[in-house]
Amino acid sequence: MTDLFAARSQMAISLAFHIVFAAVGIAMPVLMVIAEWRWRRTGDEVYLDLAKRWARGSAILFAVGAMSGTVLSFELGLLWPEFMRYAGPLIGMPFSLEGFAFFTEAIFLGIYLYGWKRISPARHMLAGVAVAVSGVVSGIFVVMANSWMNTPAGFRLVDGVPVDIDPFVAMLNPGSFSQTLHMSIAAYAATGIAVAGIHAFMLRRDPANVFHRHAMSIALFVAVPAMIVQPVSGDLSARFVAQWQPVKLASLEGQFQTQQGAPLRIGGIPDMDSRQTRYAVEIPRGLSFLAFHDPNATVKGLNSVNRTDWPHVPTVHIAFQIMVGLGIYMALLGVWVTVAALRTRSGIFTDRRLLGAIAVAAPMGFAAIEAGWTVTEVGRQPWIIQGVMRTADAVTPMPALVIPFAVFSLLYLMLGVVVTVLLYRHIVKSPI
Amino acid sequence: MTSLFTLANICAAAVLVSLTAYVVLAGADFGGGVWDFLASGERKREQRELIAHAIGPVWEANHVWLVLVVVLLFTCFPPAFALLSTELNVPLGLMLIGIVLRGCAFAFRAYDVKPSATEHAAGRIFAGASVITPLILGICVGAIASGSIGKVSANAGTYARFFAPWIAPFPIACGIFALTLFTFLAAVYLTVDAGATPVREDFRTRALLAAVAVFVAAFGALGLAYYFAPDLHKSLMTSMWTLPQQLATGAAAVVAIAALWLRHYIIARVAAATQATLILWGWAMAQYPAIIPGRYTIDQASAPRATLVFSVWALVAGSAVLFPSLWYLFRLFKTRNSSPG
Repeated sequence: MTDLFAARSQMAISLAFHIVFAAVGIAMPVLMVIAEWRWRRTGDEVYLDLAKRWARGSAILFAVGAMSGTVLSFELGLLWPEFMRYAGPLIGMPFSLEGFAFFTEAIFLGIYLYGWKRISPARHMLAGVAVAVSGVVSGIFVVMANSWMNTPAGFRLVDGVPVDIDPFVAMLNPGSFSQTLHMSIAAYAATGIAVAGIHAFMLRRDPANVFHRHAMSIALFVAVPAMIVQPVSGDLSARFVAQWQPVKLASLEGQFQTQQGAPLRIGGIPDMDSRQTRYAVEIPRGLSFLAFHDPNATVKGLNSVNRTDWPHVPTVHIAFQIMVGLGIYMALLGVWVTVAALRTRSGIFTDRRLLGAIAVAAPMGFAAIEAGWTVTEVGRQPWIIQGVMRTADAVTPMPALVIPFAVFSLLYLMLGVVVTVLLYRHIVKSPI
Repeated sequence: MTSLFTLANICAAAVLVSLTAYVVLAGADFGGGVWDFLASGERKREQRELIAHAIGPVWEANHVWLVLVVVLLFTCFPPAFALLSTELNVPLGLMLIGIVLRGCAFAFRAYDVKPSATEHAAGRIFAGASVITPLILGICVGAIASGSIGKVSANAGTYARFFAPWIAPFPIACGIFALTLFTFLAAVYLTVDAGATPVREDFRTRALLAAVAVFVAAFGALGLAYYFAPDLHKSLMTSMWTLPQQLATGAAAVVAIAALWLRHYIIARVAAATQATLILWGWAMAQYPAIIPGRYTIDQASAPRATLVFSVWALVAGSAVLFPSLWYLFRLFKTRNSSPG
């Protein structure tokens, strides 16, 4: 394992681990506030129980998210000091603002968790709302910083040195809107469907259980709109990538040759040596239509740049197929849930096929998030800053990077196991 | 001599203030973990419960100060951040592991539905990581203060470049000093959190013992500085601010101990926090205008002006949200005698 590959792997593991907790930290407070609000409106104690359980569960997940997020902020320097030396002044802005959002989140989470008896109901609810809002805001700031790596802006390069720095322009870089939108929606969809899926699974065994009914309703209320609109945001992102990162688009579609009226490839395995994508189902002109909303548009292929500027195409292509496939399943599921709920309110609790379809979807949102980040990050390679700095030039001179990679992987593996056990106990110990 | 109130200096001051807040607040949370580790006597269980209860609502907010230090450092002083994270790669990595283990173990123990099952293992990890993390934080600060960062050429061997700067007497003495200081802060704060319970006396005794340890560690580190960090020692001892700084620090220490002795716990808390603050600021003044002594001054390491301007505005806007929220948090959980509720 080369040091560069070890560093990339450590970063990948850290991001893959953190993103789950970050997404939960964005969406879970919404669920818990809705549960508390329902309790205060209806007086139904089951909602209170739900709010308290979700709050306790969130507290564990938030702590792990806060700690793994701290690891990432250090790892930017521990693994990529040259990148930070260069990009710090440009992407520091969203990170500083994120710091304050993170502060607000931590403060009000403490107040929410420990303040049930100390503050008025209205203030307690407001504390929950503050957690939810600052959660999504801090997510948006971090994704803005990532987006800058895809579409760097806010500086001029003079002899390889960034001058005329404008941190504001850098923060609001071209990719920031589509990327933050896609990730924020994903957080609600993934967390919501994961929670709904768990309770759907329980409801299949015990359809009358009010606790699981309430829990699934609230989770679906958050997840379903997000699942349905996500393809629209995905389309926006894809068209953006087509325009700004044509090599990434070519990789995620397995498009080796520049082509007018390019087909959309579903599945298939890109072969970087023979420069073709085999075994794919091709929809004629589909890619041109999706990427540019014009069936005859020209799509740039990977051959438009040197092979040294390609990412690992099969990884990007397959990850993209997984993300889109899961996204489509969830969008269709969202429509099904909506139709079923509109027909009869309680229908969704008794329809075993629908409950099964929801239960199966439980891990899908997070799997789609992981796949999506694989597309974003691997698809940008070999660049750490698209077109400006190569990942290989950013890595630390520290030798034997395989050691920290192994240590942090082990640490995360251990934490993952413990968190799973703890949450399993949370869920299994359901009342009634 | 340029003006003191340059943009770069304001940003550096913000880093220092954040680090101070981290030490004074989160440092005490780590110190709490040390006392969890050292819990003893007939009220062992009550001591641990008090610690968990005192830390619970605030530790995550307190932790964020460190994130702010890191973020401000890489935004406003990117070359300094790059250099530190390269040469202190190993200890910073170890510190991170300590931070992660401490935080997660605490949360696992505090929020588990069936605490008895995880309590023992998580408690040990929480306590152990609480000892190691401050030690390494102190070592990193000591390595910076001693001026050994950025001195070794890029061609030097792995040990010379990545280990020698921090595996040295002075940084290690600073690590021990940080550990004793955090432990002292925690014991003092816990006398307030305990309210009028017997555990209060336990922590009063512990605070007085820790005060002795801080005294010994401080003079040990200062003595070693004479040999291993002569520049730092010289500015600490012979600057025009030396006398007021040392008098003020000494006075805070004396007040803290006297207040503990006389059982004026709130005064002891304020004095102990003041003492820690003055120690940190003494270090900062001693190395001013350097940010990494011997390698970068604050100006040399600072980001372009546009970034600094933006950072100052972000700090102002952020503080407008942060300070009222923090005030609310601490008023809720830290003003009255903290009874479980």
